[in-house]
Amino acid sequence: MDWETVIGIETHAQLSTVSKIFSGAATRFGAAPNVQACAVDIALPGVLPVLNKGAVERAVRFGLAVGADINRRSVFARKNYFYPDLPKGYQISQYELPVVRGGSLSMLVKDGEKTVRLTRAHLEEDAGKSLHEAAGNAHSALSHGMSGIDLNRAGTPLLEIVTEPDMRSAEEAVAYAKTLHALVRWIGICDGNMQEGSFRCDANVSVRPRGSAVLGTRCEIKNLNSFRFLEEAINYEVRRQIELLEDGGTVAQETRLYDPDRRETRSMRSKEEAHDYRYFPDPDLLPLDISAETIEQIRSELPELPQAKRERYQNDFGLSAYDAGVLTQSRENAEYFEDMVNRLGRPAVKACANWITVELAAAVNRAGIEIAQSPVSSEQLAWLIVRIDDGTISSRAAKDVFQALWQRENIAVAVLSAPRPSLHSSVKSAARDDIDNIIEQLGLKQISDTGALEDVIVQVLAANQKSVEEYRAGKEKAFNALVGQAMKATKGKGNPALINGILKKILAR
Amino acid sequence: MINASLKQLSAQLAQKKISSVELTQFHLDRIARLNPGLNAFVTVDAARSLAQARAADARIAAGKAQPLTGIPVAHKDIFCAKGWLTTCGSKMLANFVSPYDAHVVERLNAAGAVILGKTNMDEFAMGSSSETSFWGPVRNPWDQTRVPGGSSGGSAAAVAARMAPAAIGTDTGGSIRQPAALSGICGLKPTYGVVSRYGMIAFASSLDQGGPMAKSAEDLALMLNIMAGFDARDSTSLERPAEDYARVLEAPPRGDRAKPLRGLRIGAPKEYFGAGLGSDVGAAVEAALAQFEKLGAQRVAVNLPNAALSVPAYYVIAPAEASSNLSRFDGVRYGYRATDYADLADMYRKSRAQGFGAEVKRRILIGTYVLSHGYYDAYYLKAQKIRRLIAQDFVQAYEQCDLIMGPTSPNVAFTLGAKASDPVEMYLNDIYTVAANLAGLPAMSIPCGFGEGGMPVGLQLAGNYFTEARMLQAAHRYQLATDWHLRQPAGVE
Repeated sequence: MDWETVIGIETHAQLSTVSKIFSGAATRFGAAPNVQACAVDIALPGVLPVLNKGAVERAVRFGLAVGADINRRSVFARKNYFYPDLPKGYQISQYELPVVRGGSLSMLVKDGEKTVRLTRAHLEEDAGKSLHEAAGNAHSALSHGMSGIDLNRAGTPLLEIVTEPDMRSAEEAVAYAKTLHALVRWIGICDGNMQEGSFRCDANVSVRPRGSAVLGTRCEIKNLNSFRFLEEAINYEVRRQIELLEDGGTVAQETRLYDPDRRETRSMRSKEEAHDYRYFPDPDLLPLDISAETIEQIRSELPELPQAKRERYQNDFGLSAYDAGVLTQSRENAEYFEDMVNRLGRPAVKACANWITVELAAAVNRAGIEIAQSPVSSEQLAWLIVRIDDGTISSRAAKDVFQALWQRENIAVAVLSAPRPSLHSSVKSAARDDIDNIIEQLGLKQISDTGALEDVIVQVLAANQKSVEEYRAGKEKAFNALVGQAMKATKGKGNPALINGILKKILAR
Repeated sequence: MINASLKQLSAQLAQKKISSVELTQFHLDRIARLNPGLNAFVTVDAARSLAQARAADARIAAGKAQPLTGIPVAHKDIFCAKGWLTTCGSKMLANFVSPYDAHVVERLNAAGAVILGKTNMDEFAMGSSSETSFWGPVRNPWDQTRVPGGSSGGSAAAVAARMAPAAIGTDTGGSIRQPAALSGICGLKPTYGVVSRYGMIAFASSLDQGGPMAKSAEDLALMLNIMAGFDARDSTSLERPAEDYARVLEAPPRGDRAKPLRGLRIGAPKEYFGAGLGSDVGAAVEAALAQFEKLGAQRVAVNLPNAALSVPAYYVIAPAEASSNLSRFDGVRYGYRATDYADLADMYRKSRAQGFGAEVKRRILIGTYVLSHGYYDAYYLKAQKIRRLIAQDFVQAYEQCDLIMGPTSPNVAFTLGAKASDPVEMYLNDIYTVAANLAGLPAMSIPCGFGEGGMPVGLQLAGNYFTEARMLQAAHRYQLATDWHLRQPAGVE
């Protein structure tokens, strides 16, 4: 049978506030256990939650960025269950009235543009962490058979972002997750650090016969903290469910965990074992009212969003969808690009895009870093293009300069936000000096002296009379041979455009 | 001295006729003598109290005294006080020493009041008799075979037996007013949000409100002046300009001096005088209403048509919130943990089974039930709708009157154990008090006579939001004209 995969994703994005969502304790990652847990976080008798406005502001920013409705009134609810890393015995979350409702996210997949509808996004607090004594566990203070509780993470603000079941493959799910990941970083609400758990996904996966309008029974795979795990877990789960169904079995609705070592999902708890969370409005917190002014204020401070930028790059700059996509992968990429365009002007747009998407992207990938960490600054790359443009070096030589610049460790990286720039040669510029020094050191400067080139060409013509005759007899190929000889005579440093012109002029005599 | 008002004590302290150390020691001595019979205090720490008293004396000597500086105050054991055992009347917290002060405690400390000790209470404030405490029942100073009311029964008994000049309590469904009535003292539950709940161990968050308990309305006003105030750590705390609750106590009456309450409209809803009201209590309350009329007040007819629904709604909402609020007592981080357990679930089960008493477990079960999937709409949501209807009743009633008066409790104090086996009978004790909590309105109880067995009867005065000063003024005028509040139980002299 032909099966169709249906996937919905819930993402927990840790909001980048300095303090927790309901207490003043810090949210910094990596502190010693329990040093960032205050009286509220450890749920001493009598303590009360106070909402962090920064978390609300970030949730609204997200809602506006995905075109969602911001609920002017939302309600915090208690989700009741017992676990040692849940100090109050309930998690404060939003249930019936979330802060963000609806919205959507569009992304490029191999078949073109894909839009995933969002159901909602709501604010909640994270739980703490249970550390179980086990071989190789760094927390050796735990004696055998004991578990430790670290409440540093308890109360960390999360935005849970829930999609409709709109994805049809692991690839689409990963494309969605990557787009969402880029967006939350773009609008500055989450640092996106997946190793530290700042961005983690739960995937709801089901299969159904292609053409069926009814959803199959789903399984939820929890806590996928890398794109690769997300893809592997979904692919495994899809195979598992199809095999089950094709063998005449049924899929049981349950929560599953992905084991990256075994590359398989396994059951965590069944629907029957599911908790009755007894949600009810938290009486310690008033309903969250957000004024229209606040929403408009936040809207006015939103940066241009990746999708809008991508479209603008295509429509206004005439860039390809691919180039526009790479340039808007992160806000830093776009800033890098726009800084170069600001320096060089509109005519250089394509050259800037090419250099970023080809040479710089390759180097960044090889180094396993982000463009924001590139040792070659946007100002330096702009100067490199200037030097190609003004004939100082050839495009071929520019690649060598780029590589040299990339590898030099003590390059002063120009600040991206430096005052805006005209690339006037009278202006002092460390970046320009870097480029020029390397060109000098590598001896890559082109010969653009017309007189010198004429002398060389006259000699070349004298030594290659046969080619001259062939050219005059109408063989165009002979011209290329002569250019090649002239380049060889200048040891590759002759300006090819000038050589072309001079050759034609002399041959026409 | 035992009948001196807070104002008089402050004056004596200011005039150095007595020191705070002497005043504190005097009350500590009374506690040592009377508490073994009454069990009103669960923790007394003389050294700690006297250290505070010495600091107060230094402050008075330096001329930096504020109202209440040097006055000993008994604290219900529900308020977290730094360095003090804070048990909430439960085995669950029998070993819990609070590392921080509740907002109310902070404010009293800042004013220079002395913590005289922690008072006994129904476990986690769940009860109307102060019998459910892990530390044993509190006894009524008027008759030790009877209960003092609850849950703030320890604070009520402490003031009634003159072991403390004043006390603080909490009121979720009547827990300040009902014990005040049954013990013959005054108690006030402010408008919800006036007193911060930070550091007050939660029973039912949307209903809990701290308040003062004392011998007179005037004393309540002085106490409330210290206790009330905005606190950013409680999201339900109200940000309002500071208010002097004593400002109109003795406002000169306009016109006839004999009728200082002229213009005051008193509503006495017939729902508060129907079946179930003891005739002795009814008679005392009627006499009190007549006294108010004598003082110039006018009695008007008001209705509270949904009054009968308040107890059922309350006993859904309060347990629902409690079942969640008490989840933090799990034996993991502090408090009681069972010694033998097989695994995590077993540890939870045993710690909570052994750490909580029967009434607390009953309410956790009720609360868990009404919030459960499939029952939530029928119970919790329905109760919330009733709650809104009850609040609307009051809005309409307060268009016709300024204060609502009636009995605080249907009967005088009952004997220990009389209602312990019948929770519904016990819950009906709250029939006149819970509505104010459901609506978030202020209400108070003052002594207005005696009933069966010579036991005190309480008159409840309830007002619209933020009318505490008006309520206190009416009560004060009544107390200037009567002396019920000055009566004290035999054997405490």
